[in-house]
Amino acid sequence: MKPAHYKLALRYLGLLSILAISIGPFLWQFATSIKGPGEDVFVPDFIPDDPTFGNYAAVAEVVPVWTFALNSLGVAGVNVITNCLGAAMAGYALARLKFKGRRFAAVIFASSILVPFEAILISLFLVMRGLGLTNTLTGVVLPGSIAALNVLLLRNAFLALPAEVEEAAVIDGANAWQRFTRLALPSVKGTLVVVALFSFMFSWDDFLWPLVVLSDQQKYTLTIGLAYLQGTFVQNQRLVAAGTIIAVLPLILLFLLLQKHFFRGVGEGAIKG
Amino acid sequence: MTHRPYTPWLFLLPGLAVCLMFTIFPFLNMIVLAFTDASALGGGQFTGVDNFVRMAQDPKFWLAARNSLLYMIGVVPPLVLLPLLIAMLAQKVVPGIGIFRTAFFTPVIASAVVVGLIWTWLLDSRGLVNSVVEALGGTRIPFLTDSTLLLVSSMVVTVWRGLGYYMVIYLAALANVPKDLHEAAMVDGAGPVRRFWSVTVPALRPTMVLIAALSAVNGFRVFSEIYLLSGGTGGPGGAGTTMVMLIQSVGRGLTGEVGYASALSFVLFVILLGLLLITLKLNRREDQL
Repeated sequence: MKPAHYKLALRYLGLLSILAISIGPFLWQFATSIKGPGEDVFVPDFIPDDPTFGNYAAVAEVVPVWTFALNSLGVAGVNVITNCLGAAMAGYALARLKFKGRRFAAVIFASSILVPFEAILISLFLVMRGLGLTNTLTGVVLPGSIAALNVLLLRNAFLALPAEVEEAAVIDGANAWQRFTRLALPSVKGTLVVVALFSFMFSWDDFLWPLVVLSDQQKYTLTIGLAYLQGTFVQNQRLVAAGTIIAVLPLILLFLLLQKHFFRGVGEGAIKG
Repeated sequence: MTHRPYTPWLFLLPGLAVCLMFTIFPFLNMIVLAFTDASALGGGQFTGVDNFVRMAQDPKFWLAARNSLLYMIGVVPPLVLLPLLIAMLAQKVVPGIGIFRTAFFTPVIASAVVVGLIWTWLLDSRGLVNSVVEALGGTRIPFLTDSTLLLVSSMVVTVWRGLGYYMVIYLAALANVPKDLHEAAMVDGAGPVRRFWSVTVPALRPTMVLIAALSAVNGFRVFSEIYLLSGGTGGPGGAGTTMVMLIQSVGRGLTGEVGYASALSFVLFVILLGLLLITLKLNRREDQL
């Protein structure tokens, strides 16, 4: 073999072992979820003798997993809309409108990025209780509904647009809202997709806050529903495995569809650091 | 003026309201509550630094602080080094590289809960990992029931989940390393290991500092991994409890000690802010060089 071939083979060997490490645990969980009641789940066998999707129906009988999924979907969906719209509006004002107090508003957004969520967890729970929103899905959504980071991301996106188009629109008599919806928003579509994706993912994956704010099983999101499932039914690993696959599959599909935006989001986040 | 004076504030209203009500106000309130004996039912008297005195004498606090600190120290080196090696492996465009990069990123999009449950099953006393250990002639390892091993197992999970995320950051940074530096080093007869240490690492230092800071802050904030791997208990006798787990268990529910939990939160905030300031300082020194 030529040295170049040898090197390439070595590279693929490395890539394949990392692939096994990244994907293997998911495959094992999937394999467990389709093993029938007659098969020993402890035997390290990735291909079940008699694959069945019965566990997916069975998990819904012990916990309302589809209700959990709907709750998660609702929370994540609202989170995407409020973040895209609310953060874009605030970002637009900071980037494009001139007014007294603009600096002050920017400082408020920037400083709230520095507050770690865990440090205000208990205090935030008290606020929700004061508003009468504990144990509601509204209470789950509100704190992350317009993230300051997204406001600043969109502000930067609006700042990067050329000012001339909008100046022309001003002369044509367009008001601020018209300029925002018709000119500015369509031009920052790329950033909006990133904001939407990460809002969805953040909300779908969030664990600590729903755990603290929700107490009624019917209102559980998938993450805390799964932790509850594990605590109660740990003896039947097939059901827990089916539940995790239900929770992770929508995100994996979303990711496969829109992967270049995910990578862009990580890149931008890192530059912001 | 192209708009009425109140127009910008209408644009800002939803965002500012959320920020002020759900971040800034709770933050200020947390600092006030830290100096009171407030309970879950409300009220509370100003008690000066009593909460902090209590904390200094509370073995649970020291245990949680120690665990969080150990966690941070444990995850930072592998999270700075391993994703870099993976990025170097995945940097060269070879057939199928897109599939590999996508697959490496998959653990990042799965939630901490999903990842925690998958690894709880893998590391079960009779799970897949122990089957392999037994097949190799070893005895079963109590990954989840021994408090030290529980911490180490959780670190492994955190590192596993972070590999793909930091790999993408490194890939972006590697693309900016000038090629001629490598070529010059090659002409000078430097082998691949030598080039890694004297070309790649110096060029990537700002990125490495950034990743060290991100993973340190996230490591100190660890909650979900340990919570799930221990089934919500924090390990045998709560010996694997971390800072955030302690805050959550002290402040939560009808018996919640809100004042004390706020004092713990305040300490958490100060430590995380300290980490951030150290990073900024390191980065500034970087700029001067």
